[in-house]
Amino acid sequence: MLRLNQVVTHYGPIMALKGIDLHVDRGEIVCLLGGNASGKSTTMKTILGLVRPTSGTVEFEGRILDGLPTGKIVRQGIALVPEARRIFGRMTVWENLMMGAYVRSGEPQREIDGDMERIYGLFPRLRERTAQYAGTLSGGEQQMLAMGRALMARPKLLLMDEPSMGLSPAFVDQAFDIIQEINRQGTTILVVEQNASVALSIAHRGYVLQNGRIVLADSAAALLAADDVRRAYLGED
Amino acid sequence: MIGEWLNRYGLFVLLAGAVVAPLLAPNDYVVGVLARICLYSLLALGLNIVVGFAGLLDIGYVAFFGIGSYAYAFLASPHFGLHLPFVLAMVIVTLASATSGILIGAPTLRLRGDYLAIVTLGFGEITYISLVNLDRPINITGGPSGLISIDPPSFFGYVIERNIEYYYLFLLTLGAVVLGSVRLRDSKVGWAWQAIREDELAAEAMGVNTTVAKLQAFAIGASIAGFAGGLLASWQRSVFPDNFLFQESINILAMVILGGMGNVLGVILGAIVVVALPEIFRDLALYRLLAFGAMLMVLMIFRPQGLLPARPAAEREIAEESTAPTAQPNGAPKT
Amino acid sequence: MADLISILPQQLVFGLALGTVYGLIALGYTMVYGVLQMINFAHGEVFMIGAYIGWSVFAVLIDWSVGGLHPLWVLPVLLAPAMLLCGGLGMTLERLAYRPLYMRGATRLGPLISAVGASIFLQNFVMLTQGARMKVYMTNLVFPRTWRFNIFGVNVSALVIVIVVVSLLLMWGLVALIQRTSLGRAIRAVSEDREMATAVGIDANRVVGLTFFLGSALAGAAGVLVGLYYTQIDFVMGYSAGLKAFTAAVLGGIGNIKGAMLGGLLLGVIESLASTFINPAFKDVVAFAVLILTLVFKPEGILGEKLADWKKI
Repeated sequence: MLRLNQVVTHYGPIMALKGIDLHVDRGEIVCLLGGNASGKSTTMKTILGLVRPTSGTVEFEGRILDGLPTGKIVRQGIALVPEARRIFGRMTVWENLMMGAYVRSGEPQREIDGDMERIYGLFPRLRERTAQYAGTLSGGEQQMLAMGRALMARPKLLLMDEPSMGLSPAFVDQAFDIIQEINRQGTTILVVEQNASVALSIAHRGYVLQNGRIVLADSAAALLAADDVRRAYLGED
Repeated sequence: MIGEWLNRYGLFVLLAGAVVAPLLAPNDYVVGVLARICLYSLLALGLNIVVGFAGLLDIGYVAFFGIGSYAYAFLASPHFGLHLPFVLAMVIVTLASATSGILIGAPTLRLRGDYLAIVTLGFGEITYISLVNLDRPINITGGPSGLISIDPPSFFGYVIERNIEYYYLFLLTLGAVVLGSVRLRDSKVGWAWQAIREDELAAEAMGVNTTVAKLQAFAIGASIAGFAGGLLASWQRSVFPDNFLFQESINILAMVILGGMGNVLGVILGAIVVVALPEIFRDLALYRLLAFGAMLMVLMIFRPQGLLPARPAAEREIAEESTAPTAQPNGAPKT
Repeated sequence: MADLISILPQQLVFGLALGTVYGLIALGYTMVYGVLQMINFAHGEVFMIGAYIGWSVFAVLIDWSVGGLHPLWVLPVLLAPAMLLCGGLGMTLERLAYRPLYMRGATRLGPLISAVGASIFLQNFVMLTQGARMKVYMTNLVFPRTWRFNIFGVNVSALVIVIVVVSLLLMWGLVALIQRTSLGRAIRAVSEDREMATAVGIDANRVVGLTFFLGSALAGAAGVLVGLYYTQIDFVMGYSAGLKAFTAAVLGGIGNIKGAMLGGLLLGVIESLASTFINPAFKDVVAFAVLILTLVFKPEGILGEKLADWKKI
């Protein structure tokens, strides 16, 4: 469904991605692991067109994405749950969700309302706070809102950038349960994470990114078992 | 290539040309224009310190010009009955202007770019309005009709009368300010200004006292404008509020931007262009401002660095050392 | 002093009316600042051009006047072209003079200077094409001076009431648009987090252009209203009105829509009171003083959020 071929991306003079090859097939959960400054967020931004790759291609369902403006890319069916959530704090919960549906402005309101119902079903806490300003929500609630906002676009592919960041451990489990549920309901997911163990626990496959390069690519089970991964990212020996 | 050559020798060439220029002028009117060019070059250099070196966008700069002019008028005319000798009056004018620079600069210290600009604009307007209206109930400024019969400059009995004499007086001042600008730029405070201009937060983190440095920029810039104001008053033998409209602040800013912010030679060239062009295109006077506005927009879009971009201090040092004629005492070139 | 107090209610009403007009113009400044963090220095000129457009249409109406000139239809006919054309002018200005600049770099200097250039250009363009002498709105043909009302003991002309009503309607319309429509949400999203707004599929450039359209249209309307009230318009009126409206926007909290309206009202009243009790010539100084005091002591304005890092102001 999604394929990155030899993608190289620069931030000014710095080469953040040094030739990334990865793919995500329909229905999968694929996780991208790596420490700080490994290029994880840059990969997300490149896919979405927020940053333009210097060379290499990004393909989605056969279409070339690199070079397209973000609006067009999002309309192809990709949505982002960004790092640090970045909900619109000065807008209400309901308005944030409506922002997620911005790309579907042509569709009948019934459809959009229906999706909103589904999301409230997934995140009952949001229903309680529908008229509240998003900036006043707790960290966990903001994460739910960010996910809900992305889902409102009815994306084929969901990009998630460090969903566990800043959440309490109990909440992390809850969040990843929800991610698994979203996948079961038919959405393909590419999740970028530092918390390798929980990410690998729900993923089908994984890549390990280091200094802008993919150093490992395998099934989740194999990665969980691999010694290097265990040592570096799971803190075990 | 030309840029390199200009940066190295431009100032000398210009100075040489300036010394002979009035002797080649066809008539006295042209000499007057040359004198005006010198005066405005002074203003451009002063603003260059505030905007070009320190990066503080002052669009109300004409206020200092006006304060200096009127200060001289107070000290050397029948208005208050004071007729201080030229040199003494100018010293006081300079001090007063520097003080006003600090007073106007102080509230802006915490403000960023656009806001700083607007506040300085505000002060510029307040100054103008005060000059026009402070003639009631007590006549301080002479109101809209200004002050007249101002004393000309005199040195030990020698009174300056002709345009050409004024020209050489202005040129002398200009030379001094040019020298001063270059020295300041390469001095410790010049480096502090450059740091502030590039990234104020980083400058503070490195230990630069941004408050002091900014106030210094304002004070020095204001005193140059004030001095120029005194020169204007003694030349025109009169001062009017309309000498100090907002448009003048923009003119001076345009000289600095056109010439290249931070580049001493560049801003002088900018002053020459901005003063001389309307003289050359006399017939098109009506369209002058229209073209001016368009020029500002076009300049920003297509060549924001101006005619002669300023080179960062580090680049200058490296360039100077690489062409240094002698090696260092121990035989190896300094790196 | 007693006679000053006696005209106080009159002056207050006038101040409020003036304030609503300042608010209309201030909205343009505040919205543009919200989406671009830039001060549109040429906004005052758009207001001035609105006044001229209104005058031109008015002149045509007077030439053609068949029956009576009833305010009910004259007013919309004056306002509509002014608003549409000014809106277009604002959008064009953004596209040509600002967008190439702020896309480019971190410096605030470029767009600000370009805006100053645009301001000078527009002023002189109008001077050259319309003449340097002022133009007169024949307001009394539509709003006879005798048409007055007595409200709470204050004698106000119908024109003042109409101005206040129209301004309030326009402001209410804008607020409704911002708060209840998809476009309004898009504007708010771009103001808050441009990158994230792009990530949900918003075309930020288009939204910015529309923001300019809306703000400029309101300024155009303000121009017509001011023309009708003061009857004299000239090509420099944009400068001082612009600066005062900007002060209003800052006073209320730049970037904050309700702040712009509140700031406008406050400034109108302050200015009216100052010109009553202090020298009217220093009226403009009052506005500047308010601006400087606000920026120095409470830069986020009355309704603005306290920014964590004050250097952001």
